[in-house]
Amino acid sequence: MTTLDTIAPPAAGGWRWTLLDGWTVVRRNLLHLRHNPGEIVAMLVFPIVMIIIFGYIFGSAIPIPGGGNYREFLLPGMFAMSGAAAVAVTMQKVAADNGTGVMERFRAMPMARSAVPFGQTGADLFTGALGLIVMVACGLATGWRIHHGLPSALAAFGLVLLFGYALNWVGVFCGLMIRNEETAERLGPLFLPVTMISNTFVPTGGMPVWLRTIADWNPVSAVVAACRQLFGNPGVTAATSWPLEHPIMATVGWSAVLLLIFVPLAVYRYQTAGR
Amino acid sequence: MGEPIVVAEGLRKRFGATEALAGLDLQVAEGTVCGLLGPNGAGKTTAVRVLATLLAPDAGRAAIAGHDVVADADRVRHLIGLAGQHAALDEKITGRENLEMFGRLYHLSGRAARSRAGELLDRFDLNAAGDRLVKTYSGGMRRRLDLITSLIVTPPVLFLDEPTTGLDPRSRNEIWATIRALVADGATVLLTTQYLDEADQLADDIAVVDHGRVIASGQPADLKADLGSRIDVVVSDDRSLPMAAEVLGRLTGVPADTDPTQRIVRVAAPGSVRLTLPTIVRELDTAGVLADDVAVRLPTLDEVFLQLTGRPTEETAETAETELTGSVRS
Repeated sequence: MTTLDTIAPPAAGGWRWTLLDGWTVVRRNLLHLRHNPGEIVAMLVFPIVMIIIFGYIFGSAIPIPGGGNYREFLLPGMFAMSGAAAVAVTMQKVAADNGTGVMERFRAMPMARSAVPFGQTGADLFTGALGLIVMVACGLATGWRIHHGLPSALAAFGLVLLFGYALNWVGVFCGLMIRNEETAERLGPLFLPVTMISNTFVPTGGMPVWLRTIADWNPVSAVVAACRQLFGNPGVTAATSWPLEHPIMATVGWSAVLLLIFVPLAVYRYQTAGR
Repeated sequence: MGEPIVVAEGLRKRFGATEALAGLDLQVAEGTVCGLLGPNGAGKTTAVRVLATLLAPDAGRAAIAGHDVVADADRVRHLIGLAGQHAALDEKITGRENLEMFGRLYHLSGRAARSRAGELLDRFDLNAAGDRLVKTYSGGMRRRLDLITSLIVTPPVLFLDEPTTGLDPRSRNEIWATIRALVADGATVLLTTQYLDEADQLADDIAVVDHGRVIASGQPADLKADLGSRIDVVVSDDRSLPMAAEVLGRLTGVPADTDPTQRIVRVAAPGSVRLTLPTIVRELDTAGVLADDVAVRLPTLDEVFLQLTGRPTEETAETAETELTGSVRS
């Protein structure tokens, strides 16, 4: 056997390493996609199935206040939902790393303390953006249109990604708390009803008052309403509460609040887990 | 012998009602292998996790090359490598990609990380499997990949937490060869194990841990001399049983145990008695014993514990208890 070359451990890094380490974690997640084409297929099929079930089956019986194509009403909701699904995805990945001990190896390595959570959320933001592109393509193919020009459409996509990014951080925190992939997988679907108690599929005006209040104040509703307003899609009319009257501000506000709470919590939890 | 590079003094750690570390003291000299020997739940893993900056102790202090593991955790992480009990790898990517990813996280350039990954796979005989997903690996291959992941950079101190637990003998031998190669390269290794023969094979010093404290320590030869050896003789007929017992008792000065159902005669020779296998065989033969098998072996961890603490390891005690209740019930 030949003797192994000696490579000295690296010197302490600065903020630059936080970015580079983050990028390494992003690339790792892209490798997952490459080795698991099924994940990509699911990413493509999911929006198509959702648009068929809700856009064509349920949509055929749902009238839009003020008239209009139901799929034009629905698609902004689909964008927001795919952004919100980020919680479960991130939570599962982080819980899996916790379970296998990969997280512990990261912690014992001389790498930037915040690189792992920032890298993970960065990677999930990237895959989230890919998912959004697929959803947009499906929408354009089924009659959804952008009516207010490209700049406000880009603003709407930006809001969806911002909201999804904030939820990625919630997912990192939850994943660090759970520490077990199976539990995370079982908890994942519970996020779905939370995203459905909103204005995604029907206007909140027809709901009982107590439920309408919850739905109106659901952050998902703010994102959906903001998208409808920025794209010029139907369903903007019946604003019944502050978040739906100022949906853009509400979306930015909700995202900022989530980030302010969960970024420090997740980073702290990552650094001190097990201590 | 070098200066101690790993130092632990009076480490304490409590998890709820259990005291995992109850004042553990430990010193590992630079360039040596220290074996931390103890049963499940003795506190070995907790000790390693404290030394590897993953866990803060409730009391006591620990330092690697003079850097405190709590106050100076960042400096310590530059000095250590850790291979834990579970293969801490990303199962959804290939072995090579794992090594490259961790190499990048050790801040090697892309090119350096790639060539290091190739070098490690070559050196440790994983080249053929390098481009397969880790989830297709056998247990032994995972552990080996996990081990070489801690060698991407060459840290002065390596912690190996039960590197061979749960592996088949062939994989275990491969891991042992890997560890020996590392030590030849000059690493300081702290290794935890449940097997006395593993500690004996690899370690320069052994510290026996029980209930979160070191209850005995020394070089394997000294420890073994204190502990003595075990002699098992399997005879081919019942007539030979008492004869074999007589011979073994005479040679060791300790009365031998006879197990008539399995036709085995056993004796624990004290460390002061030096007996070679040929001597035992010759004496048995002279006495006319028909022996199928004669074995001189190291005491097991259970026997070590029985001798050091006067009681069996907790697990053995529990099993014995269950068996007892079982037989009472039936």
